Amino acid sequence: MEWETVIGLEIHAQLATKSKIFSGAATAYGAEPNSQACAVDLGLPGVLPVINKKVVTMAVKFGVAIEAEIPPKSVFARKNYFYPDLPKGYQISQFELPIVSTGHIDIQLEDGSTKRVGVTRAHLEEDAGKSMHEGFGNYTGIDLNRAGTPLLEIVSEPDMRNAKEAVAYMKKIHSIVRYLEICDGNMQEGSFRCDANVSIRPKGQEEFGTRAELKNINSFRFVEQAINIEVERQIDILEDGGKILQETRLYDPNKNETRSMRSKEEANDYRYFPDPDLLPVEIENSFIEDIRGQLPELPDAKKQRFINEFKLSEYDSGVLTAQKEMSDFFEACVNSADGEAKLSSNWITGQLAAALNKENKDITESPVSAEMLGGMVKRIKDDTISGKIAKQVFEAMWNGEGDTDAIIESKGLKQVTDTGEIEKLVDDVIANSPDQVAQYQAAPEEKQGKLIGYFVGQIMKQSQGKANPKQVNELLNVKLKS
Amino acid sequence: MHQSTLAQLSVALESKQISSEELTRLYLDRCKKYNDSLNCFITINEDEAIEKAKFADQQRADNKHTALTGIPVAQKDIFCTNGIKTSCGSKMLDNFIAPYDATIVEKMNNAGFVTLGKTNMDEFAMGSSNETSFYGAVKNPWNTEYVPGGSSGGSASAVAARLAPIATGTDTGGSIRQPASLCGITGLKPTYGRVSRYGMIAFASSLDQGGPMALTAEDAALMMNVIAGFDERDSTSAEQTVDDYTEKLNDSIEGLKIGLPKEYFGEGLDSNIAKIVEEGIKELEKLGAVCKEIELPNTELSIPAYYVVAPAECSSNLSRFDGVRFGHRCEEPTDLSDLYCRSRGEGFGKEVKRRIMIGAYVLSAGYYDAYYLKAQQIRHLIRDDFQNAFKDIDVIAGPTATGTAFKLNEMIDDPVSMYLSDLYTVSVNLAGLPAISVPAGFVNNLPVGMQLIGNYFEESRLLNIAHQFQQATDHHKAIPGGFE
Repeated sequence: MEWETVIGLEIHAQLATKSKIFSGAATAYGAEPNSQACAVDLGLPGVLPVINKKVVTMAVKFGVAIEAEIPPKSVFARKNYFYPDLPKGYQISQFELPIVSTGHIDIQLEDGSTKRVGVTRAHLEEDAGKSMHEGFGNYTGIDLNRAGTPLLEIVSEPDMRNAKEAVAYMKKIHSIVRYLEICDGNMQEGSFRCDANVSIRPKGQEEFGTRAELKNINSFRFVEQAINIEVERQIDILEDGGKILQETRLYDPNKNETRSMRSKEEANDYRYFPDPDLLPVEIENSFIEDIRGQLPELPDAKKQRFINEFKLSEYDSGVLTAQKEMSDFFEACVNSADGEAKLSSNWITGQLAAALNKENKDITESPVSAEMLGGMVKRIKDDTISGKIAKQVFEAMWNGEGDTDAIIESKGLKQVTDTGEIEKLVDDVIANSPDQVAQYQAAPEEKQGKLIGYFVGQIMKQSQGKANPKQVNELLNVKLKS
Repeated sequence: MHQSTLAQLSVALESKQISSEELTRLYLDRCKKYNDSLNCFITINEDEAIEKAKFADQQRADNKHTALTGIPVAQKDIFCTNGIKTSCGSKMLDNFIAPYDATIVEKMNNAGFVTLGKTNMDEFAMGSSNETSFYGAVKNPWNTEYVPGGSSGGSASAVAARLAPIATGTDTGGSIRQPASLCGITGLKPTYGRVSRYGMIAFASSLDQGGPMALTAEDAALMMNVIAGFDERDSTSAEQTVDDYTEKLNDSIEGLKIGLPKEYFGEGLDSNIAKIVEEGIKELEKLGAVCKEIELPNTELSIPAYYVVAPAECSSNLSRFDGVRFGHRCEEPTDLSDLYCRSRGEGFGKEVKRRIMIGAYVLSAGYYDAYYLKAQQIRHLIRDDFQNAFKDIDVIAGPTATGTAFKLNEMIDDPVSMYLSDLYTVSVNLAGLPAISVPAGFVNNLPVGMQLIGNYFEESRLLNIAHQFQQATDHHKAIPGGFE
């Protein structure tokens, strides 16, 4: 039987505020356990939550960015359950009336087409603390630094049909929240993570299958792996005549398998009700319009602009605009390269991306700044150096040896463009390679292009790469044919 | 001196007739002497109180004082006090010392009040007799075989017995007004949001409100001037400007329109109580007020609605008492579930457990709509009843409680009867209105209170009427035998 996969994602984006959602304690990552937990975060008796207004602005920003409806009134609700890292015995969340209602985003599929994925809602909530089961003997340690950290939970429609679409959706949301500067997107630190609801159904069937919820996945790669392995598991069960249980499962990347955490029967009854300690959040239209007016250029719009303005391919524009810092880097580079966009794009998505990748660095950590790279592209463009020499220059810049002009100067890498000098090199090589000349001249024209490479290589070698390759080619073409 | 009102003590301190230290020692001696028989204090704060009194005297000497600097006060043990145990009447918090002051406490400290101690109360403010306290029942000074009412029974008993000139209370369903009525003192429950709830241990957050328990309306007004106002730490506190509550005390009530809800004088009201309240109302008429009968048709729904909403909120509010971070923890828990079950099982008393279970039930999947949501709808109806009534009248008058104080242990095993005795008080909390109970007479030497209910933020008017009533009567001046 042919199966169709149905996926919906719940993404938790930590909002980039300095203080917590309902208290004044700091949200900075990595502090000493319990050093950033005040009386409110500890759930001491008598203390009360007060909403951090910044989180409201951030949530509305997101809503406007995904063209969602922003209801005039949203309500905080208590989600009641007992757990040692949940200090109050309830999590303040939103239930019936979330701050962001239905919206959508567009994702690019592998075949180049665009797919619209619905966003059901996005709501504000506080994070819980952290339980530590190691290093305390028979006890469990509780760190409440994270308790009360603001989260925006973004819930999609079950619109995705394979793991790659789910990843594309997650990446797009990641890109949007970072463009909006409402979330740092740091997945290692848990600032951006997701739960995936996965089910399968016979192709053509309207009704959804029973779903499993894969909890707390914190990388794009794991999302893809987890969904794929879960789909395989479900197909195996159904094809063996079994039934899928509605349950929460955990993905283990080391074993590449999903494991049951709890079944539907074991699920908590959260006894949601409106939190009487907090007033409803009321949002006026003018507030939404203000935010709309201040919204930065978002990835889709920027991509289109790059295509129009810089004549880049759709693919390159997509790569350069996925991350705001990347697109900023590109624009700064083009600026320093006297407007040379195509070469800048090639260098950023090629050499630079490879170097960053190798050292596991982010674009913001690049030792070669946009201005430095742009300066180098400018020198390629004005024929001071060849593309090949540029690779040496780039490496030297990467190693901190200064900017392009300094490196060209100190290493004597300036391209030879003196026609006389190049002509001499060409003549020498032709004179010293009678066999190759004969071979070239005997070859049919369509093969000559390939054979000319030998002469170019020899000349470049003699000139230590500094001969202008364009001139070399021109001269060779003339001299070999005569 | 201990028979003085706040207003009189202020004059005595100002004229150097007495120092704060002398006054504080006088009250502390009374507290120590009578607490064995009344049990109205959980903690007597002797050393800190004397230190604070000396500081108050210094402030007066340095001319850095307010009119109330150096006056002793008793704080209900539901208000967090930095460095002093705050038990909320529960074993669960027998070891709890908050590292912060409740806003009410902070404001009173800043005004120069001297905290004598923390008063006994029903456990987590759940009860109408002060018998649910982990620290034992409080006795009514008018007859120590009787309850003082609850949940602010310790504060009411202490003020009535003149162990403190004034005290704080909290009122979720009548917990200031009913004990004030049963102990013969004046108790004001302000409009919801008028006084900050920060640092006041929550029972039912949408109903809880702190307020004064005093000998006179004038004293209650003086305290309201200190404690009322917006607090950025409590999102539900009102940003509305605060009155000077003493300003209108002496205004005439000529022409005041009083509504008498026929539902408050019907079945369920002790005829002796009815008589006294009617006499009280006649007194107001003599002062120029005009009465008319009104209807509050949904009154009978207020008890069932209240006993859904309050337990629902309490079941969630009390979840934080889990034995993990503070409060009672059972010995040697075998696992997490055991830690929770035994810590909470041992830490909470019967009435608290009963309400947690009711609350968890009414919020649970499948029952939410039938109970919690329905109760919230009733709440709207009750609010609308009052708003309709206030179109034609200025204030509502009636009894505070269905009867006088009852005997200790008389009702403790009959929670439903106990719940029903809140009939005249709970609808006020459901609507969020202000109301005051003033002493109106005695039945069998037990005090009876008359309740006045005002429209939102009309505390000034209630205090004005109560003060005028107290100028014309002397029920509030009676002192229980043995405590003169």
